[in-house]
Amino acid sequence: MSYKIVVLAKQVPDTRNVGKDAMKADGTVNRAALPAIFNPEDLNALEMALSIKDQLKDATVTVITMGPSRAADVIRESIYRGADEGFLVSGRAFAGSDTLATSYAISMAVKKLGKVDLVLSGRQAIDGDTAQVGPQVAEKLEIPQITYAEELVKVTADSVQIKRRLERGVEVVEAKFPVLITVHGSAAPCRFRNAKRVMQYKKACTISEQQEKGMDYSDLWNQKPYLKIEEWTAEDLNPDMSRLGMSGSPTKVKNIENVVLTQKESVVLSDKEEEINTLMKELISSHIIG
Amino acid sequence: MSNFYTDNESLKFYLGHPMMEKIVELKERNYAEKGQYPDAPEDYEDALDNYDKVMEIVGEICGEVLAPNAESVDHEGPKVVNNEIVYAKGTQQNHEALRDAGLYGMSLPRKYNGLNFPYIPYVMAAEIVSRADAGFANIWGLQDCAETIYEFASDEIKDEFLPRINAGETCSMDLTEPDAGSDLQSVRLKASFDEKANCWRLNGVKRFITNGDANIKLVLARSEEGTTDGRGLSYFVYDRKDNAVTVRRIENKLGIKGSPTAELVFNNAPAKLVGDRKLGLIKYVMSLMNGARLGVGAQSVGLAEAAYREAYQYAQEREQFGKAIINFPQVYEMLANMRAKTDAIRSLLYETARFVDIDKSYEAIGRERSLSAEERTDLKYNQRNADIFTPMLKLFSSEYANQVAYDSIQVHGGSGFMKEYACERLYRDARILTIYEGTSQLQVVAAIRGIGNGSYIKRIEELDAMNIKPELEGLRNKLREMTAEYKKMFEIVSAFGSTSEVYDFHARRMVESVGYIVMGYLLLQDSNRCERYLRSCEIMIGIGQAEIAKNLTYVKNFTPEMLSEYKKTTERACEVNE
Repeated sequence: MSYKIVVLAKQVPDTRNVGKDAMKADGTVNRAALPAIFNPEDLNALEMALSIKDQLKDATVTVITMGPSRAADVIRESIYRGADEGFLVSGRAFAGSDTLATSYAISMAVKKLGKVDLVLSGRQAIDGDTAQVGPQVAEKLEIPQITYAEELVKVTADSVQIKRRLERGVEVVEAKFPVLITVHGSAAPCRFRNAKRVMQYKKACTISEQQEKGMDYSDLWNQKPYLKIEEWTAEDLNPDMSRLGMSGSPTKVKNIENVVLTQKESVVLSDKEEEINTLMKELISSHIIG
Repeated sequence: MSNFYTDNESLKFYLGHPMMEKIVELKERNYAEKGQYPDAPEDYEDALDNYDKVMEIVGEICGEVLAPNAESVDHEGPKVVNNEIVYAKGTQQNHEALRDAGLYGMSLPRKYNGLNFPYIPYVMAAEIVSRADAGFANIWGLQDCAETIYEFASDEIKDEFLPRINAGETCSMDLTEPDAGSDLQSVRLKASFDEKANCWRLNGVKRFITNGDANIKLVLARSEEGTTDGRGLSYFVYDRKDNAVTVRRIENKLGIKGSPTAELVFNNAPAKLVGDRKLGLIKYVMSLMNGARLGVGAQSVGLAEAAYREAYQYAQEREQFGKAIINFPQVYEMLANMRAKTDAIRSLLYETARFVDIDKSYEAIGRERSLSAEERTDLKYNQRNADIFTPMLKLFSSEYANQVAYDSIQVHGGSGFMKEYACERLYRDARILTIYEGTSQLQVVAAIRGIGNGSYIKRIEELDAMNIKPELEGLRNKLREMTAEYKKMFEIVSAFGSTSEVYDFHARRMVESVGYIVMGYLLLQDSNRCERYLRSCEIMIGIGQAEIAKNLTYVKNFTPEMLSEYKKTTERACEVNE
């Protein structure tokens, strides 16, 4: 039998290098000012998926991402590193989705793939830090979930053993397939791109990208079907339209404050015992710790 | 996130050299494989884009894995455990990262799972790897052996060994023995044909073998009983699976400590003959050696780049007398010279690689079909230049890498003498470069042919005739003056006869003088394409002018009687004062 492993990945603005124009006046993220990258923990998830594939041998890794047409980058990047295929979930119907609407759309996409043995995603995305989408997808697919995965301990023909990174230690758990795993940033980093795969798949793109470039790739896709990245719109998922996008998103952003840390607010301490004691007392009295 | 390809604009510059179009077209046989293999390029732009993207992978792995591992690899080194060499942990990680990224077998044809890259991007990858860890560059770079198998071995051997290279099996070239170093004609390891098993058997000792416990070994051995010179030697391939070689020990070295150098005992080891008997040294090893010298050129450039960057960063950060030391003339002169020398040897590296590229492609095409008269002429032209540029490159790049590494420590002052800074490792790693794959002295012996038959001058004349912008005329005039000075020197020396001891005595002076002119012209061409190289060009021409003047003065003041004075001086060196 052949195993199907799905990786949920997201293209995010690189919030690790935030400049002063990172936020717009209305309190939303100014995506244009930040380079778009592969969400870091999703790369850890991809690596775990690929190493499960390495061990199961007869398995495929499929990447699903939701976003605008440029999010196809995430799929190409995954394929360069060893994924077998990818699907871009895209379209106006998904605009303004919160985690609930997103997880609904993604669960519908996963269902469309048929029988799936494992679903992996990063613990959370660096643009929202909610860590909700993975668990919500598991709920909607009605499969068990293992969160905070740090290490793949064992893979058998029908189960995985995972070490979880928790706040106060680690825990090893086991689950039968199908299962959803969210992967922590402390897990193994993703393998590098493979030279041959890059050369083979560098021209892979979606229909939207083809249209944006003003090109006609139909001949190329006939010759080399692997260069076509499938794009799914809302209609393809056969969803309850009211659960998608804005209408499916109960979360409303009330207000976002721009906090700028200035020099005045930071204190430089030496490594002297009494200075450390003073700091500890201050932290305890202000209930930050303890 | 450091990437050793994207942070160095020079690499893209040489990747996009005007000659590349021809080089790629030859290597790709006019893009004949485009429908056949999914990774084969469709045209020149596509190929160049492939190289660029693959170099980016190399750069990322080097910046993220190899360079951070270099220090621990240097400390830990390889070990012998149960007669097997175990790499340092970091070395193993480096190897796996490059293997998984498909970066072994870069120049091999696609049918052997190779990338079918020309020499230019392959050499560039070697440069990038060396900048991260010069010692590891040996283990990775020994994939060169595949090239020799591809060129000279039977189809049966090719099919057996070549596809394994891309899967990450490593190679070694087993040439030297306790009494056969520079003089490989004295190799004694015995090869005898075992009629019963229908294979060759190797018996004897090899010494100073880099990556001695490799999966695939190319071994130079004496197959013709009773012979004592190079014509009795043949070339063999040995498979580690046969388990018939003992690792006696690994050497404790000054530098490149991560690269295991082993003494090996061959115990009736089964082996297959590569190519024809008796051609082992005179044809195959010479070919392999030229490839390896190009490899040392890349290694030297990578190391010099690393040493320069360490020094530059330190000089900007370190303050003395109230300012960063980079602002002191004696320091910035050192740094500018280091930059110029590194640029010069890089330009020489890619010039050499271009000749080798075209030469090798024609040779390969010549094995597939007969070459046209025009192609044969082009092959000869490039072959001749590859032959004279390879030793020139090996000589200058390795010597300059040492000078740059030396100065890198000097810029660091007392800190540079401490183990905390990378420059001390680079300094130790650099030292082997002027020695292995033929010492500097042997490179002079190889290069002197090009002096005598005028091949260098021919190339200099071609470079001189190339179009340049008017503002570069002044620099070209200086190069013409340098050439005239060199010719005077050659005239004085050649009057003694090209077989005289005097001629040999001055050989290095002549070869080096020509080298300064060549590097000057190459940097002039680079400056013509991109202004970035103008400063380095000016500095190198300045250094070259002074060096040639020095050499000419020396030759002018020389009398043949001085030879015996030199000999007497060496005799005096160990006299005991009783």
